[in-house]
Amino acid sequence: MAQKYHSRIYVTLRSSVLDPAGTAVESGLKQLGYTGVEGVRIGKYIELSVRATSEQAAREQLEQMCDQLLANPTIENYCFELTLVGEKR
Amino acid sequence: MKFGIIVFPGSNCDRDVAMVTQRLLKVPTRMVWHQETDISELDVIVIPGGFSYGDYLRCGAIARFSPVMEQVVAHAQAGKLVLGICNGFQILTEVGLLAGALIRNRNLHFICDRVALRVENAHLPWTKAYCNKEVITLPIAHGEGRYYAEADTLKALEDKGQVVFRYCLPTGEINELANPNGSLNNIAGIVNEQGNVLGMMPHPERMADCMIGGIDGKRLFEGLLITRV
Repeated sequence: MAQKYHSRIYVTLRSSVLDPAGTAVESGLKQLGYTGVEGVRIGKYIELSVRATSEQAAREQLEQMCDQLLANPTIENYCFELTLVGEKR
Repeated sequence: MKFGIIVFPGSNCDRDVAMVTQRLLKVPTRMVWHQETDISELDVIVIPGGFSYGDYLRCGAIARFSPVMEQVVAHAQAGKLVLGICNGFQILTEVGLLAGALIRNRNLHFICDRVALRVENAHLPWTKAYCNKEVITLPIAHGEGRYYAEADTLKALEDKGQVVFRYCLPTGEINELANPNGSLNNIAGIVNEQGNVLGMMPHPERMADCMIGGIDGKRLFEGLLITRV
């Protein structure tokens, strides 16, 4: 029996990779007066729904999706959250 | 010898490459739509510049799943020649034929310029028409051209002579001043370990006629013909 899971995927630049966009945003925030801000890093947020027979199966599919396409392991890390949406069929 | 130029939705340097191989060098050239699956008659595959699939997600990330790419990988694994220019270089790293990745330029600008490059390895099929350490001039046009690789990958590339082109000063000196995009070790182009797959951010096809600035790029293609004679 397949169940529908909602997933929120966070793709972030690995710490060894320079993030010039993050640096630019950080300087913008400082100009606004938020002088205590540091370490701004800009990543990607992806939402999707997936059908799977179990949470474990959904998790495995998502890991494959991230490894194959959604993230590039050379420069990025990823993590995701799963929520059961409802039962299907 | 026969060239094949892969055309993705969003490729925009495909015809510039054909202009060099077919019109200037008179070598048979076929445009290969990305849905094709038989490229066995081709000797050199060129993945041209452009914005395949709108550069969505990451540059080259979606193009690598086009049907033709499986054949391009097989072509490369058979030891045959594959050249990726600009977006083509990004696609070759995404598909895993070349190490590392190309990320946002350090200054966040799309850079459209003409740069000096030093030929770092003239013993490859790609560089037969160049001398070792020769300084050439080629155009660049990219927003995501900063070469990045893990420290151990970078060391392996350097140790094995896989860095082919480096951004340099017109005098040949390699330093930060000559680095347009923040690439590690000023890297502009690399080959795989076997040397048959080349990826480069500069555009050799746009420097193939004295009328438009020089022929330093045409020599890359001419060198390939020397190899096979």
